[in-house]
Amino acid sequence: MSIAFPTPDEAVLSRRNEILAGLGRLVAPEALIVTEDERRAFETDGLTAYRQMPLAVVLPSSTQEVSAILRFCRENGVKVVPRGAGTSLSGGAIPQADAIVLGVAKMNRVLDVDFENRVAHVQAGITNLAISQAVAHEGFFYAPDPSSQLACTIAGNIAMNSGGAHCLKYGVTTNNLLGVTMVLLDGTVVELGGAHLDSAGYDLLGLVCGSEGQLGIVTEASVRILRAAEGARPALLGFERVEDAGACVAAIIAAGIIPVALEYMDRPAIQICEAFAHAGYPLDVDAMLIVEVEGSDQEIDDMLRRIVAIAEPFRPKTVKVSQSEAESAAIWKGRKSAFGATGRVADYICMDGTIPTGQLPQVLRRIDEIAKSYGLGVANVFHAGDGNLHPLVMFDSSKPGEMEKAEAAGEDILKLCVEVGGCLTGEHGVGIEKRDLMPYQFNAVDLEQQMRVRGVFDPGWLLNPAKVFPLEGRFAA
Amino acid sequence: MNTLIPRDEQDAASIVADAAARRTPLNLCGNGTKAAMGRPNQTEASLTSAALTGITLYEPAEMVISARSGTPLAEVVESLAEKGQQLPFEPMDYRLLLGSRGEPTIGAVAAMNISGPRRIMAGAVRDSLIGVRFVNGRGEVVKSGGRVMKNVTGLDLVKLMAGSWGTLGFLTEVTFKVLPKPERMSTLLIRGLDDESAVAALSAALGSPFDVTAAAHLPAPDRQGARTLIRLEGFSVSVDYRLGELRRLLKRFGGADILEGRGAEAVWQALRDASIFQDRGERAVWRISTAPTKGPALVARVAETIEAQWFYDWGGGLVWLATPAEGDLGAAAIRAATSALGGHATLVRAPDADRSRLDVFEPQAEAVMVLSRGIKASLDPAGILNPGRMYAGI
Repeated sequence: MSIAFPTPDEAVLSRRNEILAGLGRLVAPEALIVTEDERRAFETDGLTAYRQMPLAVVLPSSTQEVSAILRFCRENGVKVVPRGAGTSLSGGAIPQADAIVLGVAKMNRVLDVDFENRVAHVQAGITNLAISQAVAHEGFFYAPDPSSQLACTIAGNIAMNSGGAHCLKYGVTTNNLLGVTMVLLDGTVVELGGAHLDSAGYDLLGLVCGSEGQLGIVTEASVRILRAAEGARPALLGFERVEDAGACVAAIIAAGIIPVALEYMDRPAIQICEAFAHAGYPLDVDAMLIVEVEGSDQEIDDMLRRIVAIAEPFRPKTVKVSQSEAESAAIWKGRKSAFGATGRVADYICMDGTIPTGQLPQVLRRIDEIAKSYGLGVANVFHAGDGNLHPLVMFDSSKPGEMEKAEAAGEDILKLCVEVGGCLTGEHGVGIEKRDLMPYQFNAVDLEQQMRVRGVFDPGWLLNPAKVFPLEGRFAA
Repeated sequence: MNTLIPRDEQDAASIVADAAARRTPLNLCGNGTKAAMGRPNQTEASLTSAALTGITLYEPAEMVISARSGTPLAEVVESLAEKGQQLPFEPMDYRLLLGSRGEPTIGAVAAMNISGPRRIMAGAVRDSLIGVRFVNGRGEVVKSGGRVMKNVTGLDLVKLMAGSWGTLGFLTEVTFKVLPKPERMSTLLIRGLDDESAVAALSAALGSPFDVTAAAHLPAPDRQGARTLIRLEGFSVSVDYRLGELRRLLKRFGGADILEGRGAEAVWQALRDASIFQDRGERAVWRISTAPTKGPALVARVAETIEAQWFYDWGGGLVWLATPAEGDLGAAAIRAATSALGGHATLVRAPDADRSRLDVFEPQAEAVMVLSRGIKASLDPAGILNPGRMYAGI
């Protein structure tokens, strides 16, 4: 519990009733949540170790309501924490005592689907998966697929520039976002981008994507939809040594193959997942790759043959090429249950750094050493193609001090990612979790420039202000 | 005009800091091959990346390359080709269209977000650009992004720098993710379609599962001469399969020929570079981005009042339009069409005087301009970096 929240503004706390009354004039009674019991559902997000009760929660139904709420908050100096579905793993949606939570989940409709132009126009509170479901009858889908896609909203995806398992081929949110309707803090509504590609002027859409709710509130989005491939099948490759798996990843890429997914699991992760999912994983290897390719049956066969041939020089101990949907499902079942299965054997925190893939073996060795130095275990499951690691640092929350040890180990791992040329977060966002580590990746000038740009949108630090930037060194823009 | 040629990043930072202190506007450039684009600006000195050259990192197995901003684009392209890789966004070469000479730089490709036919499937420069180093208008060296593909750490200033035409910072180093060069490239050619049917065919192809990497239509005065082109890339076995499937899918649009080899490459290069509009400057050239199916309607509106030639890339969503270099060059008709149908138009080629008196870029909503002016001031408070190159006041 080492992350500090800014000291709540007493003046705002003391005006709570007045603020609630003001908000009550802007939205329907059921859209304003004030009782302690009801507010409790919003006190944390996917980073459950931290929680704060907000002043109130407001759930607007339209862009106009969002505009009125933001204008009111700006005029009254009330902080605003935007929220989609509250699945952030970095604490991006955790409230503050002197802030209201503005949730967009009620605005969850599909507004228009244009298959000819391959774009879906949706309200921002729609879930990620619901977009794909809305276009599936024509064989289309929305590509970024964070593992929380059943629950997470496109608003949250845009705020965090979320990724997923298939970004090696399809990119992350920013590469699949064509336009947004966004409400600025003073209530102004701006349209950025649209159904066309690229924009005139500065790429404000690109700036907004991944800005963690600090520049404005997105109420509608136009996203690119794609026709799904005819089919997809994985191969499973087990290696005796971590180095061999790493070299195999490099060789696949060097051969000009971009698999749609290229997932890595280490020995502890394999053991945990196999015990849970009985996926038929090899228990006698140190590293395992799941390599999935897409296309027609014939194209898939050809590609998987190439991949198996590329793997040969690295002496894989296990080679299992899926021949059917059932076999594919079994291979994926283990991987997809990794977090849940780990949760059954231990408490864990999930880290999210990215490294240059060439550093894989060395970094995995050092991650193991770091965990051991704190007396903890670590399991690694991650997207190997793009170097986005997800070490699960395991601990026992019933033992005093273990959670803090896990946090410290996690910090060391992220610093290691930066040290080898990578970054603190590949897809989960900075939130509060990695806020205080920002100076490891950016120097004061880099951070000041980011804060100056941020200040154009929110000079008074009212929008999600506890996040992203270290509390020290802030300035009013 | 005085030309400042920094030897390295620190040197560039001191020059900018000095110019900021004296409020001397600078014209930022590489080798000047695209000097005749954008709004002409009044500056006392040019700051060039010409001496900031060299590839600083290339890891083929990680699909990442970094180069100093003044590195010739050709050098980057060649280094990648040696390892069987390429820039995903297929940057166009403006030299034929503009009649300019010299070596285009990789920094300008980033600064102007120069993307070609593959943009429709592989994204624009801004999608492949994963890291930048630049000198802001205070003379400070700033970095954003990095050298890894997945990175959401902090505000994405990389996107701001891509396509800001040097108005926000002087790029010193750029890092891209790259893609394998395909084993084979093949193009389906359908003849004789009018614009509407051609875009319908391109939409059907782009909405298929067959990974089309470029989709264009070249109309002709005699409709029989019109050519609709759909490009496939990848492993040979896969290309063959997809050619067959697409032919079946597009049967209702007529029979399709297959183009391969040098000839096909030349066609795509000509489309990429808009070189069919190469002339002695008799015509103005516009580049219009809209929703693909809106392309033909947009052109029809403009052609009602202006004598124009045009072709389509990006499945119909990118319209290249040549208009007579007289009067307003078609500006009023084009702006009316983009506001009615959506999208944005850029005046790519026109004499200096015309680019001074007409909007070169699509006019923006006032709320967006307020943000743009704020962003400009946050990076370049003295307003010395390419002032007015995009819009007056930024």
